[in-house]
Amino acid sequence: MSDYNFAYLDEQTKRMIRRAILKALAVPGYQVPFASREMPMPYGWGTGGVQVSAACLVPEDRLKVIDQGADDTTNAVSIRRFFEKTAGVATTTKTTEATLIQTRHRIPEEPLTRDQILVYQVPIPEPLRFLEPRETETRKMHSLEEYGLVHVKLYEDIARHGQIATSYAYPVKVEGRYVMDPSPIPKFDNPKLESEAIQLFGAGREQRIYALPPYCHVVSLDFEDHPFVASKADHACDLCGSNSTYLDEVIVDDAGGRMFVCSDTDYCEGRRAAGHLGRLAAPLGQENAA
Amino acid sequence: MTPLLQVKGLTKRYGARIGCTAVNFDLFPGEVMGIVGESGSGKSTLLNCLAGHLEADAGSVVFDTRAEGPRDLRAMSEPERRMLSRTDWAFVHQNPRDGLRMGVSAGGNVGERLMAVGARHYGGIRAQALDWLDRVEIDADRIDDRPTAFSGGMQQRLQIARNLVTGPRLVFMDEPTGGLDVSVQARLLDLLRGLVREMGLSAVIVTHDLAVVRLLAHRLMVMKSGQVVEAGLTDQVLDDPQHGYTQLLVSSVLQV
Repeated sequence: MSDYNFAYLDEQTKRMIRRAILKALAVPGYQVPFASREMPMPYGWGTGGVQVSAACLVPEDRLKVIDQGADDTTNAVSIRRFFEKTAGVATTTKTTEATLIQTRHRIPEEPLTRDQILVYQVPIPEPLRFLEPRETETRKMHSLEEYGLVHVKLYEDIARHGQIATSYAYPVKVEGRYVMDPSPIPKFDNPKLESEAIQLFGAGREQRIYALPPYCHVVSLDFEDHPFVASKADHACDLCGSNSTYLDEVIVDDAGGRMFVCSDTDYCEGRRAAGHLGRLAAPLGQENAA
Repeated sequence: MTPLLQVKGLTKRYGARIGCTAVNFDLFPGEVMGIVGESGSGKSTLLNCLAGHLEADAGSVVFDTRAEGPRDLRAMSEPERRMLSRTDWAFVHQNPRDGLRMGVSAGGNVGERLMAVGARHYGGIRAQALDWLDRVEIDADRIDDRPTAFSGGMQQRLQIARNLVTGPRLVFMDEPTGGLDVSVQARLLDLLRGLVREMGLSAVIVTHDLAVVRLLAHRLMVMKSGQVVEAGLTDQVLDDPQHGYTQLLVSSVLQV
């Protein structure tokens, strides 16, 4: 293997992180402070998620890393290589085969199962941060359940834009108690927060871990007359033809040409392999034929 | 009749210095109490102790709560006290910037208290905000403007609307007309007097402006060096001051 301890972190650190994770699972949505370590990557590149993953990994695990839905972007590739090197675990890009998935900004389209763990990279764990800058005050608001301010933000959205314009990091209430920032996932993914899998959130710079245990009740906040809508671009995927996935808009030329493709690359490839074809797709294996 | 607020022996010290000492008074429903005195006499300290912003060192403040009758505020838990200050109480700051959220529109400012106590209907919140903007004479088309775009007098009126929207029973005001020019002051005082009558509010008003208490307050307390030196009906105290300091205060009002 290598000269690293299994999964890079020393055993005492992993123990400390596991204790934080257990507490987070016991109090869903509560932000547990932990002694975040320096990781060999910059803040903002998933130092929190990597530490949570490292504390959860066992040698038998099969790891998948997602960055904005894709398996082949810089962040995903570098973290996957990091754990290949330091933990020697098997890796995969298939959602269904993975036992531990670290993700940034997306939840896989494929429903997760009870023997999977989903680890989120979180930049700012505090859902009230941009409404109330004082940490002392936000902690008090959480402990006293004073969440009127979150609705002030949504009110401002409607007053200004005619609808709730918050489209990512959409605040949710967990088990009727804590308001939680689901990390910057699109609000399209919010309904998927109620899942069979364990969901762990790690914020490295802010030194917080929080969690959603399986089957946890998660409600997206809204108004009675402006209910929550899990919105997406009103198109079908141009590669696999799916109508029900979250789409990325890709500019393809400088004459206004564009295409919409699934942001979850694994799901999209799976559908194309099964024979589904979108508007602009060539059958798999013939992409370079023309 | 049960007093809305009973204050007994309230004392606050800053180390060896006295903030206010041994303050006693009762405030009955619908009554407006004025507190006057020079700068540094302990008026604001007293007000902040009453409103729970400062921890008093001794004495008791008993508030007649809606649900459970008279309760000592100092023995109350913090969540209960904060709930009170969002529903049954209002606090109008001297500087509207302290009492408003400057980055949030006027409608959002008025609606914040409603949302804090559980209102979840956008249309309903907006309708109530519009109603209150109208009552404090702010045009309906300014509802989506931020307070930064408002004049000082408008900001102060917006602060009052934001505080009164949940129908509080007790209002604390710290120099509500300070820093406003005279004509705006007169309009604000008119408005306040109307609202106090109409809603049957009780209020504690701290000010150094004797004209304000003459207009608004039923009863008056005069403070000096942290102590109440004279108390009584407003007109009685102002027309026939007994204590030397009160006499000085009344005689130093500028006549036009």
